[in-house]
Amino acid sequence: MPRETLANFSIERLEILDPRGEVDANLLPDLTDPQFLRLYELLLLTRLADERALNLQREGRLGTFPSSLGQEAAQVGSAFALAPQDWVFPSFRELGVFLCLESSLPNYYRYWMGDERGQLCPPELNLFPINIAVGTHLLHAAGVAMGARYRQEPLVAVPYLGDGGTSKGDFYEALNFAGVYRLPLVAICQNNQWAISVSRRGQTATETLAQKALACGIKGIQVDGNDVLAVYQATIEALKRARSGGGATFIECETYRMSDHTTADDARRYRDSAELESWREKDPLLRMRRFLEHRGLWIEADQQAQEQALLQRIDQAVEAAEAVSPPTVEEMFRYTCHQLSSRQEEQLKECRDGRA
Amino acid sequence: MAVLNLVQAINQGLQQALIEDDRVLVFGEDVAVNGGVFRATEGLFEQFGDKRVFDTPLAESGIVGLAVGLAAYGLRPVAEIQFLGFAYAAIDQIFTHAARIRARSRGRYSCPLVIRTPYGGGIKAPELHEESSEAFFCHMPGIKVVVPSTPSNAKGLLRAAILDPDPVIYLEPTRLYRLLKEEVAEEAYITPLGQARIAQAGDQVTLLAWGSILERSLRAVRDYPVEVIDLQTLSPFDRATILASVAKTGRVLIVHEAAKTGGFGAELAATIAEEGIMSLKAPILRVTGYDVVMPLPLLEDYNLPSEQRIIDAVEELLRYS
Repeated sequence: MPRETLANFSIERLEILDPRGEVDANLLPDLTDPQFLRLYELLLLTRLADERALNLQREGRLGTFPSSLGQEAAQVGSAFALAPQDWVFPSFRELGVFLCLESSLPNYYRYWMGDERGQLCPPELNLFPINIAVGTHLLHAAGVAMGARYRQEPLVAVPYLGDGGTSKGDFYEALNFAGVYRLPLVAICQNNQWAISVSRRGQTATETLAQKALACGIKGIQVDGNDVLAVYQATIEALKRARSGGGATFIECETYRMSDHTTADDARRYRDSAELESWREKDPLLRMRRFLEHRGLWIEADQQAQEQALLQRIDQAVEAAEAVSPPTVEEMFRYTCHQLSSRQEEQLKECRDGRA
Repeated sequence: MAVLNLVQAINQGLQQALIEDDRVLVFGEDVAVNGGVFRATEGLFEQFGDKRVFDTPLAESGIVGLAVGLAAYGLRPVAEIQFLGFAYAAIDQIFTHAARIRARSRGRYSCPLVIRTPYGGGIKAPELHEESSEAFFCHMPGIKVVVPSTPSNAKGLLRAAILDPDPVIYLEPTRLYRLLKEEVAEEAYITPLGQARIAQAGDQVTLLAWGSILERSLRAVRDYPVEVIDLQTLSPFDRATILASVAKTGRVLIVHEAAKTGGFGAELAATIAEEGIMSLKAPILRVTGYDVVMPLPLLEDYNLPSEQRIIDAVEELLRYS
């Protein structure tokens, strides 16, 4: 009765574009030059729209805000691979995903300004509401994936989560369901190294987050999350596999949260500045810009012109967000259930008109 | 009309729902091949196949979370949680998501799911198999809470729950599964949500109850001039029927299995105090489970309201004129 090794596993890591802007030509995704330019435009738009949100927060015009600074490539690279019929389940730091899907920027700002109407999703998108509860929404993606298979629709359910989300039970339950039922689901994890003040090492003893997929019998892969091309490539491959009945994938995008957890947090309390500095050199925008320059697609003047154009667009979005009249109290009651109960109707009347 | 017990009536209701609407899916632990541990889903897997009726991994939060996604996608999931005590693992999905998807998405997505689960005591079962925590769910806006009490209303309320556009927690009184039998109409019919039922007419005391304790209450007060109201739906509950009865009787007894403190009876008592106090001739009394963890079989009969405790409370109320 010998001791036997029953299984061996390995985890693949994918990098295509290095911090100097050099690419591995063999791994370069099948994209056109205009698509490369569009990717960079989306990265830049995300960065600038994020900076504007932070400024608005400091001016008291927007509430607590979770910055996506440093994570633009993981968001844009993955969302750029999606098809219009796919369902997206954001966490709460996915500005780049919203912009890539061309969801309304004024609405995004309005949500963080405290207006629930900002969650209203454009009818042409299958974009779930922002999920503040960590890691719970992967199960909703599993439900949609199962429904899609039942109705034989070729869509993929794509939940976004962070490294902290992988510590939750629902994360495991969702991937386990995805494995058992072989669901068309692609989970995009932005491992940004910190769940507020607890580091990646404090979340898990595993060497990678990607290997957590193996416990559920689905594919797991780690990519350089600051490399927009690697994220895109891994996502497009996972989507293809999901659509062809090959089952789910968990993609760990190794990136870094350059900002505080939210504007209510001060990361200097728990984070070493040297660590932050080391990630500055891996900036996802800089390396994509260098790639475009090497390819002869980009010069300094383009940068200025594009920044100006995008800032103008952001100005208009802020203006549009702030021009909307505040919600009425009807708005508070209307969506609790499809119909108000008699008690809710009385409460609405009391809230609107005072006690009878 | 066939004579059915409660579990057979539920089974028939599920079967008819699966026939009439291909969006209805039935799933949970052991519901397919095994037909459910109480046999509520017996024969459905054989009739409808594993695309419509399927077993899940043992993961309650997963079952409800999956149902939230299926419902938002446009299907009509009917998920079973094997015992209400196991639903505690799924409360995050019920409260954080099922109850809020409509509000969070401003009506873009809704959550028309049903969570069926056996609940309540009196069956001498292991720990967590006899919980009566309906008040937790009633406190959360955005979900409905339904408790059948007879085979007939079990079938009608289940159909209404499945047709409802919002999440419904459907609590099946385990003690009643095979205790009561009655004629149940063969065709599919609806017992509307949010409406109470006068289970016994009377003019001296209003007794409010639901689920398995309703059966015990009816047994206890059959020779008294007590109007027994079966709430059927706890959230939203039928204020009009309750207040009309209180206006007539002026005396109120609330009976439930759950612990007294913060139990759903407190909500009923407060509502009557706010809106019907001028009719009252006596204090509102509650006969309930005690504020203890639901005990194992050797002590459970001490905790559940007995017929004698109910009779004592009725007689106390009748002493007020």
